[in-house]
Amino acid sequence: MPEVQAEQIKCVFDRPRALADRPHHYCPGCSHGIFHRLVAEMIDEFGLFDKTIAIVPVGCSVLAFNYFECDVMEASHGRAPAVATGIKRTLPDRFVFTYQGDGDLASIGMSETIHTAARGEKVTIFFVNNGIYGMTGGQMAPTTLEGQKSTTSPAGRDIALTGPPIDMCTLLSSLPGVAYLARIPLTSPKNLNTARKYMRKAVRAQIEGLGFALVEALCACPVQWGMDPKQAIKHIDENVTKVYPPGEYVDRVSGNGKDKAKAS
Amino acid sequence: MPDLRLVKGNEAICYGAVHGGCEAFFGYPITPQNEVPEIMSWLMPKYGRAFLQAESEIASINMIYGASGAGKRAMSSSSSPGISLMMEGISYIAGAELPCVLISVQRGGPGLGNIAPSQSDYFQAVKGGGHGDYNNIVLAPWNAQEMYDHPRIAFELADKYRMPVIVLTDAVLGSMLEPARIPDEPPEIEVPGKPWAACGRGGRDHKNVINSLYLEPEVLSDHNDKLQARYATIREQEKKWDTRLVDDAEFLVAAYGISARIAFSAIKMARERGLKVGLFRPVTLWPFPSEALAEIGNRVNGTLVFELSGGQMLEDVRLALPGRPVEFFGKMGGVLPSPSELCEEIFKAAERCNAGSSSRTNQVRV
Ligand SMILES: Cc1ncc(C[n+]2csc(CCOP(=O)(O)OP(=O)(O)O)c2C)c(N)n1
Repeated sequence: MPEVQAEQIKCVFDRPRALADRPHHYCPGCSHGIFHRLVAEMIDEFGLFDKTIAIVPVGCSVLAFNYFECDVMEASHGRAPAVATGIKRTLPDRFVFTYQGDGDLASIGMSETIHTAARGEKVTIFFVNNGIYGMTGGQMAPTTLEGQKSTTSPAGRDIALTGPPIDMCTLLSSLPGVAYLARIPLTSPKNLNTARKYMRKAVRAQIEGLGFALVEALCACPVQWGMDPKQAIKHIDENVTKVYPPGEYVDRVSGNGKDKAKAS
Repeated sequence: MPDLRLVKGNEAICYGAVHGGCEAFFGYPITPQNEVPEIMSWLMPKYGRAFLQAESEIASINMIYGASGAGKRAMSSSSSPGISLMMEGISYIAGAELPCVLISVQRGGPGLGNIAPSQSDYFQAVKGGGHGDYNNIVLAPWNAQEMYDHPRIAFELADKYRMPVIVLTDAVLGSMLEPARIPDEPPEIEVPGKPWAACGRGGRDHKNVINSLYLEPEVLSDHNDKLQARYATIREQEKKWDTRLVDDAEFLVAAYGISARIAFSAIKMARERGLKVGLFRPVTLWPFPSEALAEIGNRVNGTLVFELSGGQMLEDVRLALPGRPVEFFGKMGGVLPSPSELCEEIFKAAERCNAGSSSRTNQVRV
C-alpha cells in the first residue's frame, strides 16, 4: 500500500459548523436529527452562519436551540412564522428560517402559516411531517393518515369524524406569495440528496428575494407509530407518500417562472 | 418648547411611539383604537420603520416577539378582546426577557361587550392575564399629553428592565381631542445596546438564544427568582403618581385615567360645596404607588375609589390602606357618570366614613 501524504488527505464528510457537537435527545429512528443536519448543511453551504436567525417550535424539536449554532429564537406553539415575520421585517438582509412540526404548522399555527405564505414573506420553512404529535405522546395530528392509530384515535383515524388529513403543499400551492414549495421523504440516501436539492432552492427563494419557501420532509416517528425504525421507513415509502406525493409543487426559483403541476 | 397641537389621544400615542424610537409596529384593527394602526401605516414608513397589519392579535404579539428578540423597539396596540388574545405571547415575552410596548385601549366587556369606554381590564394588565409569575409595568395616561409621553417612557422602561410595558388607556382618552406639546419631527434619542439580541451572529463568539424554556425545575426556579428580584427593584424605583388638592384634604378620591379626569371635576364641585376633597392618581398601576397613597390615605377620613369597572384597582387601594375606610363607586358597560353624579357619591361616601359605617375590609372582625 502506498503511503498517504498528509496534504493528500481530504475531508469528505464532516459536521456542519451550524450543527452543535452534542448528542441529540431524539428517539431511535426519528428523522429530526437527519433534518437538522440537512438544515445546518444549507447554512454552511450558502455562507449564512453569521446572518441566520433560526426559529424553533414547540414539539419534539423544542430543544433545537441547543443543536443549531446560529442565533435562535424559541417560538410559542404554532407561531414561528409570525416570529419569523417580525424578524424579517426589521432585519431584511438576514436569513430567517423556521423549523416546525405538523401539529405546530398545520394545526395550531395554520393561520400563521397561511398568512405568512400569502404575504409572500421572505422566510424559509423547514416542515417536519411525521403525521403525529410526537412530543405530547402520540396524539392525532391534522396530518395523521386515515385509519392510523394514535392515542386520541385509538381505533384508527375516522375521517367521518375528523375529516381527512391535510395536505399542506397542495393547500399552500394556490397562494401567489409562495416562491418555492416541495415535499420529500427522508427515507434513503437518494432522497436525502433530493432533499438537499429542494432545500437549496428554498434557501435561494429567500436570499434572492423571491418570496415564501417551504420544504416538507416526510419523517419517521417509529416510537409513536409503534413500529421499528426500518418498518417506519418502509411505511413512509409505501403508504405516507401515497397520501402526500413527493415532488416540487411550486418552483419560481429555477427561472422558468412557472408553477409545476403537482408531482406525479 | 414645541407648540401646542390639537390631537386625538390615539394620534398622540402614534407620535409618542415614533418619537420614542418605535422601530416596528404590528397590529390588527379593533375599535376603539383603529386610528393607531391607521396612522402607523403611513407614519412608520415615513421614517423607514416597519409597519405590518397582522392577521390577528396572536400574530401581532408573536411578530413583536420576533422583532424585539432581534433587538428592535417593537409595539402593538389593541383593545380588550384583542389584548386577551395576546396573553400567551405576552407571557412568552416576559419569560424570554424581551422588551415591548403594548397599548391597551380598554372597551366594555366581558365578551364582545361594546366599544364604549371602560376600565375593566385593570386586572388583565396589572395582575398578569397570561400564565406564570410575571408582571408588566403598566402606565395610565390621563390626557393627550401623557398619551404622547407614555409610549416613549414605556420604551425606556421596557428596554431598561427587558419586559413588557402596557400603556393602559380607554375609549374616551383615545378619541378625545386635546392640546398637547408634540414636536414636528422625532427628537434625537439614545437607545441602549442589546448585546443579547438574536440578530445573526455577525462574528460574535457565541450564539444568542431567545427562549423561555427551562426544563430543569431548579433552573426555572432560579430564572423566576431573577425575574422576581427585577420586579422588586421596579417596585422600589419606578412608582409614579400624581396628587391634586391633597394638602388640606379631609377626604380622598383615588382614580386613574379618564376616571381621574371626571373625579378632578367632581372634587372641585365638592370643594365649592365645602367638602375638602383631594385626588390621588396612580400613574404607574404596576408598580402600584401604595406608600404614597398610604401617606395621604392614612390622614384623611376616608378614600373613595372610582373606576369604570366592578372594582379592580379597588383591591390595590385596600391593600395600601389596611384598616382604613375605603369606599367604592364604579360604572360598567361604558356608562360614564357626570361630575355632578360623582360629586354626590363623594358626599355620600364621606358621610359613611365620618359616621364610621364604612367597611374596613382589612380589619379582622370577630
Ligand atoms: C398553546 C399550546 N398548546 C399545546 C401545547 C402542547 N404541545 C406541545 S408540542 C405539541 C404537539 C407537537 O406536535 P408536532 O408539531 O407535530 O411536533 P412533533 O412533536 O411531532 O415533532 C403540543 C400539542 C403547547 N405547548 N402549547
